[in-house]
Formats: sequence, C-alpha cells, structure tokens
Amino acid sequence: MSLVHAHDLKAFYGDAQALFGVDFRVEQGEVVAIIGANGAGKSTFLKALTGLVKVPRDAVLFDGQPIGSLPPGEIVKRGLAKVPEGRRLFPSLSVEENLLMGAFAGRPGPWDLARLYAMFPILKEKRLNPGTSLSGGQQQMVAIGRALMANPSVLLCDELSLGLAPIVIQEIYAALPRITAEGMSVVVVEQDVSVAMRVSQRVVCLQEGRVSLEGASSALTREQISAAYFGVYA
Amino acid sequence: MITVQRHTRASHAAAVVSVLLFVIAATLPFWAPQDDAPAWMREFVEIACYFIFAMMWNLLAGYGGMVSIGQQAFFGLGGYVMLMLGNFAGVNPFVAIPLAAAAAAVIAVPVSWVAFRLQGGYFAIGTWVIAEVFRLSFANMSFVGGGSGTSLTALRDIERSTRENTTFWVALVCVAASIALVYGFLRSKRGLALLAIRDNEVAAESQGIAVGRMKLAVYVVAAFGAGLAGALYFVGNLRISPDAAFSVNWTAFAIFMVVIGGIGRIEGPIVGALIFWALNKWFSDYGSWYLLGLGLLAIVVTINFKQGLAGWVQQRYGLVLFPTRRHLIVKE
Amino acid sequence: MIETLLQGLLLGGLYSLFALGLSLMFGVMRLTNTAQGDFIVLGGFAAITAAAQFALHPAIAVLLLLPVAFGVGYALQRWVLNGTLGRDPLPSLVVTFGLSIVVQNALLELFSADPRSLDSGGLNTQSLALGAVNVGVLPLLIFGVAVVCTAGLQWLFTATKLGRAFRAVSDDREIAELMGLSAHTVYALATAIAFVLIAIAGSLQAMRTTVSPSDGPLLLLFAFEAVIIGGMGSFWGSFAGAMLLGLTQQIGFRIDPGWGLWAGHVMFLAVLVVRPQGLFPKTRG
Repeated sequence: MSLVHAHDLKAFYGDAQALFGVDFRVEQGEVVAIIGANGAGKSTFLKALTGLVKVPRDAVLFDGQPIGSLPPGEIVKRGLAKVPEGRRLFPSLSVEENLLMGAFAGRPGPWDLARLYAMFPILKEKRLNPGTSLSGGQQQMVAIGRALMANPSVLLCDELSLGLAPIVIQEIYAALPRITAEGMSVVVVEQDVSVAMRVSQRVVCLQEGRVSLEGASSALTREQISAAYFGVYA
Repeated sequence: MITVQRHTRASHAAAVVSVLLFVIAATLPFWAPQDDAPAWMREFVEIACYFIFAMMWNLLAGYGGMVSIGQQAFFGLGGYVMLMLGNFAGVNPFVAIPLAAAAAAVIAVPVSWVAFRLQGGYFAIGTWVIAEVFRLSFANMSFVGGGSGTSLTALRDIERSTRENTTFWVALVCVAASIALVYGFLRSKRGLALLAIRDNEVAAESQGIAVGRMKLAVYVVAAFGAGLAGALYFVGNLRISPDAAFSVNWTAFAIFMVVIGGIGRIEGPIVGALIFWALNKWFSDYGSWYLLGLGLLAIVVTINFKQGLAGWVQQRYGLVLFPTRRHLIVKE
Repeated sequence: MIETLLQGLLLGGLYSLFALGLSLMFGVMRLTNTAQGDFIVLGGFAAITAAAQFALHPAIAVLLLLPVAFGVGYALQRWVLNGTLGRDPLPSLVVTFGLSIVVQNALLELFSADPRSLDSGGLNTQSLALGAVNVGVLPLLIFGVAVVCTAGLQWLFTATKLGRAFRAVSDDREIAELMGLSAHTVYALATAIAFVLIAIAGSLQAMRTTVSPSDGPLLLLFAFEAVIIGGMGSFWGSFAGAMLLGLTQQIGFRIDPGWGLWAGHVMFLAVLVVRPQGLFPKTRG
C-alpha cells in the first residue's frame, strides 16, 4: 500500500480548475520529484495534500486513510509535513523557537533539536537569533528543520531552491540522504529540473494541471522532459 | 458591441419617487394638520441630522475604509461654530449652518495630521480621544457656557412658526444635498478611485492614485457633512452643551443605522435611518433596555448579515436604488 | 510635588492593568476591544456583588472571580468574536462597540447609575511612610500587582509554549495552523487571559475609587493611550506609557482640576505626532 495515494485529484480555485485528475503515489522511503512550469499546478497539488485547498475526502489517501479537506493540523498529526514555499519563518520567534513550533503537534520520533543541530551546525550557532535575520539558505535550513521536528513519515518540500545560489542549493540538498536514511519519504517540488533529477529516484511532471510524464529519474531523457514540461510534443 | 450600463430600472423608478417625495415633504407645512405639523417637522429635523451624520460615517468607513468613533468631534464643532457666529457675530443662524460645516471641514485638515498616524482599530479609538479633547476644551470655555452649555439667542426674535418652517425646509435641503453630494462623488472618477483604495491600497497607489490625498479628501468631506448635521441639529434644538454636542452616542447611532442598513451602499443609511426612526418611536420609552436591544441587534446583524439589510436585498433580489457600479453589457 | 509625582506613578500602575488586556488581544489577533473599559467596570461590579452576596472578604471575592472571568473571555472569543476576525477591522469594531453598549445598559438596569465601590477592608485609608512622604497602601499594592502581572505576561510570551503559539499565530496564522495549532483555540485562550486581567483591574479600580456603569469609555481611552504612548507590541512599554499618562494627569489635576484629563489626552496626541511608533515599540504593530 502506498504511503500517499492521490487518485483522480481535481482542484478548483472558485470556478477556475487548477488540477484535472492527477494520479500520484509515494512509496515508503522514496524521493519523488514533481516538476513543471509556473502555474502547472505543483503548489496547488501540495496544498491539496496538506488541507489548504478543498478536495473530496477520499481523493487523497494517506497510509490508506482518506485525508482530503481535513484541517492542516490534523494532517500534520498523521505524519505529513510541509516545508512551505518561501520559507515563511515566524519573524517574532528565534531560530530555536521556530524549530520548537514544528514540534507543536507532538508526534514522537527520532527528530529533535539535537539531531537538527547536528545536521545543520550553523543553526545551533544562531539559535537565539530572530529567524528572519538569517541568510536565505540558512532560513531554508530552519524551515526544513521545522518540518522535520513534526517527525513526519512523508516530507513535502515546496520549491526549496527558490531564490538561492547554486552552491547553497547543493548544501541544502546534501542533507537529503540523512533525512531519508531511516525511511522517511520525501516529495520535492522543484522548478529547477536538473536539481530535481539529481536528488530523486522518480520524477513526475505536471503540465497545466495534468501529469504529462512519469518515470525513473535516471531513465528519462532531456527531450522527454522538455516536451512534457512545456507541453510541446515533436 | 459593448455598452456601459450605469442605471437600473429600479434606480429610474427610485429617482422619480424621490423627486415626488421631496415635493410632498416640502409642502408639508401647507397640507399637514395644524396641530401635528410642528411636531412632525421637529421630528423630521432630528431624524435628518441623524441621517446626514450616518451618511457621512458611511462614506468615511464604507468607502474610505476609515472606521472612526470620533466623528462627533465635527458634529459638535459645527454646532458650536454656528452658535458662536449667531450669538457673537450677528450672522443669521440658518446662514451660519453651511459656514459652520465649512469650519469643520477646515479643522479636519490639522486633525487628520494627528489621526492618520494610526490605523484600523487604533485609528478608531484615536479619533474618539480627539473628540474627547474637543469636548473638554469647550467645557472649559466659559464664554459659551462651559460645562453646562448655553442657548442660541440669535433666533429669539423670529416668530415661532416661521422659525420651525424654515428649519424644516433647511433640513430638507440639507438631506437632499448630502445625498446628492455623496451620490455624485461616488459615481465620479474619484469614487472609483476610492473603491480601488478600499479594496487594495498598494495596488491603487501603483496605478497612480494619490491614496493619501484621496483619504484626506474623504475625511474632509465627511467632516463637512458632520458639521452640517451638527449645526442643523442645534438650530433645531436651540440649546447646546459639550456633553450633548460631543456625545459618542451620535457615532453609536450612526454605526447602528449603517450596519443595519448596509455599509458601503447609499441605500444603507436610508434604510437604517428609517428602521432606527421606527424603533425609536416604538421603543425609546424603554430606556436602557431599548439601547441594549439596539446594541444586540447591531451585533447579530454584523455577524450574520455582514452586508446589512440593503445588501441582503441586493444579493437576494438584485435590487439597487442608487447604483454606483458600472456594468459592462456585451451584445453579440 | 514629590507626592504628586509618586501618586502619578502609582496611578499609572492601575492604568497599566487596564492596558494589558487591550495590548494582549491586539497583539495576538489584531482585535481592538472597544468594550475593554466596560468589561473592566463589569469586573468591578461582579466583585462587589460577589463580596456582598456571599459575604466574602474582598480578596476572596476577587480570587473566585478570576476563573469565571477566564471562562467568560474564552466563551466570548470562541463563539462571538472569532467570527469577526479578518482583514476588515469593521466587524470586530462594531461588535465590540455593540458589546460596550450592551454591558453599559445592562449594568444600568441592574445597578442604577449610582457609583459603587468594593470595600477593601480599610486598605484604602492606610498609608505608609516612605522617607519624607506618605504613600497610600492600596495604590502601592495596586502598583505591585501591576508589576507582577506585566512581568507574568512577559514571561508567558517569551518562555512558554503558549506564548510561542501566541507569537506564531499572530505572525502567520496559516503556517501556524500547518504546525497543528488551532488558531480559534489560541485566540480564545488569549481573550480568556485578557479577561482575567480585566477582572483584576476592575476589582482594584472598585477598591481604589468607585465604579459606575458609564465609566467604561474613559477607562478604555486610558488603556489605549497607555498602549500607544508606550509603543505597540511591548508589555513593559505599555507599563511605561501608563506611568507617563498617570504622571501627566496628576500634574494636570494639581494645576487645575478641570484640566487633568485634558492634559493626559493632549500629551497622548503630542506623542502621536512626534513619535507615532511610541516610546518603546517592539513590533510592526
């Protein structure tokens, strides 16, 4: 049984349809990348998974249980956490307090402050600073750490590389193996296709609210990806 | 072919009915029974003041996006300036009414330098503090009677029925003028700019709308209207005191009328004033219970009927009597 | 002169208690409680009634009142005020203003317009000699309570899980809910705590002087002025603002009784013009 299973997922913003029947699975321990151009529906898809966009109750199954349209807090309690697009740290909280907020739902698991500081030592150094006083890359680390503190079984990452320099992106994604080491599944939403291909085992491409391509990252060719990304087929 | 529709059938009917009502009202002293006429006229003047004040509060809050609990500052100021012009400068009080309104508008400018430092809920309370400063200041001015107030002596020599008739007609004109003023303003380009500011200030600014100037303009117009209502009220009342002139109840009643009727719509204060007048007539004898009931009603309507009664009617039946929107009609 | 200054500072202590609840509610959910003053008066009347009805020592009456106030605040936020929150400040302003009118008139019906006070068991007549001056015991006590409450609230905000939740939900409600927090519950807890502070303030006001149903609006203005002068987002800032307000009023009263309140208001307006962010601002407001 897949950990996450979205079946024929349709999503609307008022009368405007954003997703037209998306099928998506995540298995235990996988790293799956979702790529697509701006407006393809990637963020909407993540919002549907985390309860921020209304979808039918059994359009999304988590560990076999229907979670569509459940309150976001409830979904986090079940083990699905998101690193939001744009980091969105709490400006009034310090780095450490931001991380502690991640543990608000109180799920037990291996991730705690000590482990996070071991993975991202710079955060320990700056733990009492206000979250928003850090550099973009460091803020991204805090955002990831905050989601990990919820001890999810599936981690969703929305556009981690946005606004970051390539060397910083590398540093962030270098932490990925440590996250998946104990079997956590990760879904990576990325506009940067090469990064997505490099870090994932499987790639799903969205184009105008539909899945246009799916396959093993190592097996797909540039031409296939290009075509699926832009919707132009030779 | 694309046309822009600015009227509805209902609005045409309403325009005709309004003119008719105006004519009927204007001739009231002539057709009403002689025993009742003075009382009716006095009641009309009073409700006219409440209504004009509510219209202006609606303009400020519903269209200008500025919720104020301190508009009574300009109401009282209008009353006092009218009285001072009448008693000390020998100006005919009826002539003094628009002058007092203008004075209120002028004072509104320096007041805005202070009030606009605040936003949202704190702006609301800040305007209340300013009104309190006005009240305390006038209460300490002995030449206008200090805390116990004084009388309007300038009208003493005029024969009573003439005074009452004139007050009534002036009130009627003020009501018509303020409706026309607000309606004309909102249908104009400035009104459109105001709606844009209300919806999204930053976006409006980026489109070239001078947000600060617009807000000041609305604040000044609202102050003018409040001053007009105040001057008119005390011409009718003949006696002024700081507590009556600067009472927060004026704003409380205005809020009530606008919320019940519907905020941000011109029909709103009209509907609200009518309901308020009716409730006042039937229930004001119950004193605090009546006021308590008004408060509860305002709470319930705000939570459940966010658009007020006029708004609810508009949503349900599409009925708009004073249309300010422009509709794009595309004919194939 | 020293006595006037001291009295002003101690008066400020009471004003800071008025201000704490207002500051808390605005800080957590951007809600301006225009009924703050009236609820303080209600708290005073509740303490008076409890002490009279059950023949209690005033301190006991107040202590028993606190959990009741907590419950009332929680229920009010959960079932009435939560529905008014949003981008538009109007609904919450109108509803709290409506509550102000309801409370004032209900008190008027129940208690008539006569001022009442809470018997403080003689505390209000006792005084302490501090060096060359005599200071009332009650004002000193009130000042102490104000310091404890301000410190307590500050501690709650910076060192507890609930305080973190308050700050997080006020920063970014959507992301806070993503972490499993229920904004509605957090808001209700904030108002519940605010009402406990209101009950304390009302009881002390009733002990220090009198309360009557129409006192509310003036108390609201004092609370508000203290918050603005001190600077938004800072409890100690409101404390300082309250003291400055108390000082100004006392000096004004000393010069001429008719100008006491006026002086306070004018000082507030002056601060607003010269330093609109307040003396010790912390947040963007």
